[in-house]
Amino acid sequence: MSQLHLAVALDGAGWHPAAWRVHRPAILTAGWWAGLVAEAERGLLDFVTVEDSLAPPSELPGVPVDRADRVRARLDAAVIAARVAPLTTHIGIVPTVTTTHTEPFHIASAIATLDYVSTGRAGWRAQVSARQAEATHVGRRTVPALHTARPDRIAEVVRPLFDEAADVIEVVRRLWDSWEDDAIIRDVATGRFVDNRKLHYVDFEGEWFSVKGPSIVPRPPQGQPLVTVLGHATVPYLLGVRGADVLYVTPDSGAHAAAVVSEVRASERAEGRDGVPLRIFGDLVVFLDPEPGAAARRKRELDDLDGAELTSDAFVFTGTPGELADLLVEWRAAGLDGFRLRPGVLPDDLTLIARELTARLRERGLFRSAYPGTTLRETLGLSRPASRYAVAGGAA
Amino acid sequence: MTKQIILAAHFPGVNNTTVWTDPAAGSQIEFSSFVHLARTAERGLFDFFFLAEGLRLREQRGEIYDLDVVGRPDTVTVLAAIAAVTERLGLAGTLNATFHEPYELARQLASLDHLSGGRAAWNVVTTPNAFTGENFRRGGFLSYADRYTRAAEFIAASRTLWDSWSAEDLVVDGDSFARTPAPGAFAFHGTQFDISGHFTVPRSPQRHPVIIQAGDSPAGRDFAAASADAIFSRHSTLEAGQAFYRDVKGRLAAYGRTPDSLKILPAVSYVLGDTDAEAQEKAHHIRRQQVTPQTAIRHLEQLWNRDLSSFDPEGPLPPFDPDVSGESIAQGRTRLFDDPVATARAWRSLAEEKGLGIRDLIIEVTGRQSFIGTPAAVAESVDAFVQQDAADGFILVPHLTPAGLDDFVDRVVPLLQERGVFRTAYPSGGSTLRSLLGLPPTSPASVASFLGGGPA
Repeated sequence: MSQLHLAVALDGAGWHPAAWRVHRPAILTAGWWAGLVAEAERGLLDFVTVEDSLAPPSELPGVPVDRADRVRARLDAAVIAARVAPLTTHIGIVPTVTTTHTEPFHIASAIATLDYVSTGRAGWRAQVSARQAEATHVGRRTVPALHTARPDRIAEVVRPLFDEAADVIEVVRRLWDSWEDDAIIRDVATGRFVDNRKLHYVDFEGEWFSVKGPSIVPRPPQGQPLVTVLGHATVPYLLGVRGADVLYVTPDSGAHAAAVVSEVRASERAEGRDGVPLRIFGDLVVFLDPEPGAAARRKRELDDLDGAELTSDAFVFTGTPGELADLLVEWRAAGLDGFRLRPGVLPDDLTLIARELTARLRERGLFRSAYPGTTLRETLGLSRPASRYAVAGGAA
Repeated sequence: MTKQIILAAHFPGVNNTTVWTDPAAGSQIEFSSFVHLARTAERGLFDFFFLAEGLRLREQRGEIYDLDVVGRPDTVTVLAAIAAVTERLGLAGTLNATFHEPYELARQLASLDHLSGGRAAWNVVTTPNAFTGENFRRGGFLSYADRYTRAAEFIAASRTLWDSWSAEDLVVDGDSFARTPAPGAFAFHGTQFDISGHFTVPRSPQRHPVIIQAGDSPAGRDFAAASADAIFSRHSTLEAGQAFYRDVKGRLAAYGRTPDSLKILPAVSYVLGDTDAEAQEKAHHIRRQQVTPQTAIRHLEQLWNRDLSSFDPEGPLPPFDPDVSGESIAQGRTRLFDDPVATARAWRSLAEEKGLGIRDLIIEVTGRQSFIGTPAAVAESVDAFVQQDAADGFILVPHLTPAGLDDFVDRVVPLLQERGVFRTAYPSGGSTLRSLLGLPPTSPASVASFLGGGPA
């Protein structure tokens, strides 16, 4: 039986709004992030993602939450990723970067460089920024007001942002390919450092922006770092199908997972995606405790502290590591390739994922006991793609 | 009183002074090269590590320039990674104020400052250049006249963001994470930026990362006097350095600042030998590696603005004048010739006077300030420039990657320490780069008066 892929999503003190009250963590220090990623790597997890947004953390899109008793601070995820990368050796590191406000050229350079400083373990969670709060921070454009839109019109409102995101992913991938792997020749006889016939203009012209290229960064170790996208509905699924290597989805049951997988696979066929199929990961918020019933109690206490029951876009699981293993096995049968778990409280739930959940899965032959290689692509069983320009064999 | 010398290490990058043909030259892009140089600088107790930036590959005659090192990593990403493998070294990056937005860049720098324990520095540059703009959404470019306006507003907006959290706003205690429900409120309205909202990064260890600028024009000097903590310069003689030093430090008072609040740091190269003759011979060899026959011709083409590939690199300069009618054949270079015809005529008479062929002439006219000699002689010169107020310290630009600083750290730093002009250990405790450089705790908010049309 094939093995499960496991990732964890790191966000501040954990995904519960009251998580920061448990350990009063120093979430602005390097030590906090280094400790979390080291723990995930000890558990042999495939990768960590680092959440981000240009606006203060807020639970629902379009609805600012101004509360002094919740986390109001967040560091840049790509900077966190680069800061922890040299301290680890095998785990993938996947920061969130917005496609709505960040220049595609800067994204391509930053993620390619993360691939260099991690020697082949970089990924990117491409995220659309639909909040007006983020738009006013950058001051360059407006986005439609989501909270005034009727729920049935949200797809219509955000679709252009997702279409733009698909263009951003496309141009970022072209920039990664814009240097062939053997472009640097260091030919002393002719005095040429680089063979400029192996550097390519990407010449992207789209509705929202154009980019000339080539990249300023030579082709990164993985050729193409991993591109990941979170989706809850048809529009973002399509973005995943068009541009991502991994799509995170948020089913609330095994049957729902099967329906989502079926829709995504149909979309792949409809879009003519051939080659490597999209890896589909299920997202869950998890509260764990070795003692039966204790995890639900922990979560209720946090809900009480926060004054509200936790709500999330993803299924909220409470239980023992063994119970979570059961659920993951059941959902995987619906066609999921793996899971991205969102620890409710850090580092507690991460520690139980890395130590106990992996042990329960390993007992069933469903989780590795060593990393298969050193790059993130190797960990996920994905090959290193050739540069599209090298394949085409064209001149610059 | 004896002045203490500031030392910084420049990672050799995209420039013909970086010798990649030397057998000792390593990778320009693998992270291990950055680690080597940064750790060497930290072993030498340097103040900071410095990265340059370029956001489009240079071109000449319509082709990507292929003779020099091509390609470099993203600045902030490399600095954040170096923060993981060093402890005290400052981390300075060149970041373009034309092709970034204040919210994202101020946020990255504040994040770097948190995650490095207060070691972040930002060399502010702008690009009046549509060629580079072709890689960005903004798409356009700034007129030369708008460069300083945008840069000044960018810095002012960044300082607004960095000041948006007070020291007391972050609580993380009892029932409160923050002192108020919506901390970090900010608004900045200028001609270049119109932004408002809430900054997500609480006050960082330095509050404001160290700000560095370059710029030799009167406007550039005023801009630095108004808003920078350090300024790069490039002057070949002690006297020229002293004149610049006097001029720039003299502009500070108008912005309510003291002379100590702005550090003047020329970028220099160096060559060491066991004897002076050996050092001179090594320097000559390095210059010929830096200016190959092919490089000499391409360099000449940049001034003449014509295809000169048929000329003999060891032969005489072209007898005709540069083409000043057409668009520049070199794109993405910062070096500009104000009056190409006059420069070409000056080069030609210099070549005739000294009997130089093209390559030797280019070697002659492109040299930068360089300390060449025995370790003792170099230590003495470096110290003299600082004690005689031609500089507050230097940014060393080695010609080799990544080991180009090893001999300076091993052989010159101990001599500076013996002279009592360089630290023998980093200060104990968690000092920031700002305090390491002897700068005031926060930067003066003089940008507004600069934007207002002149000194207050």
